[in-house]
Amino acid sequence: MFLQLVANGLVTGSVYAIAAVGVSLVYGILRLVNFAYGDMMAFGALIAFAVNGPLHQSMVVATLAGMAATAALALALDLVLWKPLRARRAGFMSLFLASIGLALVLRQALLLAAGSQPRSYHVNPYRVFVLGSVRLSEQQLIAIVTAAGTIVAVGLFLALTTVGRVLRAMADDRSLAAVAGIDVGRATRLAWLISGLLAGLAGVLAALVEYSFDPNFGFQLLLPVFAAVVLGGIGSAYGALVGGLALGIAQEVSTWSGFAGGVNPVYKPVVAFGVLAIALMIRPQGFFGQARTG
Amino acid sequence: MSILASGSFWAFVGVVAGIYTILALGLQVQFGFAGLLNFGQVAFMAISAYTMAILVVKEGWSTWLAAPLAIAAAAVGGLLLGLTSLRLRADYFAIVTIAFSEIIRYVATNDSSLTGGTQGTIALGPIGTASEYNGEWSRFEGRAQHALGFSSSDATMLVIVWTIAIVLLAVTWLALRTPWGRVLRAIRDDEDAAASLGKNTFAYKLQALAIGAALAGVAGLFYAWEFSFFSPDDFQPLLTFFAWMVLLLGGIGRVWAVPVGAGVFGFIFAGTRFLNFAPFSWFASDQRAYLRLIIVGLIILALVLVRPQGLLGNKREMVLE
Repeated sequence: MFLQLVANGLVTGSVYAIAAVGVSLVYGILRLVNFAYGDMMAFGALIAFAVNGPLHQSMVVATLAGMAATAALALALDLVLWKPLRARRAGFMSLFLASIGLALVLRQALLLAAGSQPRSYHVNPYRVFVLGSVRLSEQQLIAIVTAAGTIVAVGLFLALTTVGRVLRAMADDRSLAAVAGIDVGRATRLAWLISGLLAGLAGVLAALVEYSFDPNFGFQLLLPVFAAVVLGGIGSAYGALVGGLALGIAQEVSTWSGFAGGVNPVYKPVVAFGVLAIALMIRPQGFFGQARTG
Repeated sequence: MSILASGSFWAFVGVVAGIYTILALGLQVQFGFAGLLNFGQVAFMAISAYTMAILVVKEGWSTWLAAPLAIAAAAVGGLLLGLTSLRLRADYFAIVTIAFSEIIRYVATNDSSLTGGTQGTIALGPIGTASEYNGEWSRFEGRAQHALGFSSSDATMLVIVWTIAIVLLAVTWLALRTPWGRVLRAIRDDEDAAASLGKNTFAYKLQALAIGAALAGVAGLFYAWEFSFFSPDDFQPLLTFFAWMVLLLGGIGRVWAVPVGAGVFGFIFAGTRFLNFAPFSWFASDQRAYLRLIIVGLIILALVLVRPQGLLGNKREMVLE
C-alpha cells in the first residue's frame, strides 16, 4: 500500500513538475508569477481533446497539437499583453494582477467555447502494468516517463546549448544580459515558447491521469503547481522538479493508514499547502532559491 | 429591461457596492498603505461569516455577541497568517495568501460537522432541520425599517451598510493621519529606511494585515445577512479578485477612492447582467454568465495596461509598479 501511494505521488508529482518548470522559467526571465498558467494547461488539454476526439487522431498527434497551440497562445499573449507591460516597466504587482485578469478571460473563454461538461480522451484506462506490489495504468506510466524525459531534456538544453546559457544569463541579470549584446526580445519569446510547450504537455498529461476533465481543471491544478515552484525556489528549474515530485508524493503518502491513520483524501490540497508553509518557515527562499533576488 | 427601473434592484446593487467598499477598504489598508500583497482577503470574510453563523445556530449566542467575536476571529486569522508568512518575499507572500484562502474554503467544504459542508449554512443545525442564523438580524432590520419609515427592506439594508461603510472609511482616513499611519506609509515606500529609524516594521505590517482582515470580517457579516444563506462556494478566490478590481478602479493609496471604485464595479457587474442585446443575445443565459466574467477580466487588464493608478489615484502618492 505504501509503495503504491509513493507511485501515485510520483505520477501527480510528474505533472506538477513539468508545469512548475514552465512557471519557473518565465519567472526567471520576466519576474512574472503567471496566474493564467493553469488555464493555459486547460487550453492545451482541450485542443488535444478536439484533435483526439472529433478529428480522430492518435494521442501522440493530439498531444503535439495541444503543445503547439499552447505555445502559439503564449507567444501571441507576449505580443499583445506582456510586451506592452514590459515597455511600461511594469513591476511584479502589475504583472501578477494582469495575469489574474488574463486567467479570468482565458478560463471563461474556454467555458464559452467548449462548455463546462467533463470529457475524456479516447484511451483505455483499464490496461494496467504490475511492478512488484505496485499497479500503474498505462496513462500513469506514460506520465512518469514523459515527465522524466522532458525535464532531463529541458535541463540539458539550459545547461549545454548557447540559447540555454542566454536564458540563464537573463534570469541572473536582464539588463546585464542586454548590455552584453543578447537579443532580449528573442530570448523572451523563446522562454514563452518553451513555457507554452510545457503548459500544453502538462495539461494533456494531467487530463490523461485524471481521466475526466473540464475547462476548470487547470485552475484547480494551479495552486499545487505554485506550491511546487515556491518549494523548489522560484526561478530554479531543478528546484521545480524536486518541488513537484516532493509535493506529489507528500500528498499521496499523507493518506497512508500507517501514518497515524492517514489524512482524509479530500484534504490532499491542504497537505500540499501545509508542506509549503512548513518548508517556507524553515527556509524562506525555497530549497534551491537564492536568499535575495529582485 | 423593466427590472432596471425597479428601485429594489438598484438598492441591491448599492448594498453589494457597500459590502465591496468595506472588503476593498481592508485591501487599501494592507496594500495601499502598508504595501502588502494580500490575495486571500476572501478567507477573512469566510472566517467571520462562519464564526457568526456557527455561534448563533450551534451555540445559541445572541447575534450582537457573535458578530464582534466573528470580526475578532477574522483579525486573529490575519495575525496567524502574518506571523507565519510576513517575513517572506512579496511574491511568495502573495502565493501563500491565496493558498491560505483556499485552505479555509477546503476546510469549510469538507468539515461538514462544523460548517454544514457543501450544503451550506442550512445544514448547520441537527439533521432534518433547516437552520437560520439571521432571525435576530431580520428583527433588527424590521425595526430599523419602521424607524426610517421605508417601505422596502432593500432600502433599509442600503442605509445600514453604507452608514457602517462611511464610518469605517472615516475612521481609516483619520487613522492614517496619525503618526501610526505615517509610519505605515514610510514602511511602504522604504522599509529599510523606516527600520533604520528604529521602527518595528514587522509589528506595523502585522497590524495592517489584522486590521484589513477585520474589515473583511465586517464585509463577511453583511454578506451573510444580505443573502440569508451561504456555502463554501461563496468564498472562491474570485471574490478577492473582485475586491482588487474595486481597489484598482478607485485608485491605490486613497481611502475615499474605494467607494468610487466599488460603485463603478457594482454598476459594471450589475449592468453586464443585462447584456440581452445583439451580439450578446446570440448566447444562451449560462454563456452570458461567462461573458460577464470575461468583461471583468478585460477591465482588469485594461486598467493595469492603461491606468495603473486607478480612476482617482494620485501618481505621486502610489503607483502600481
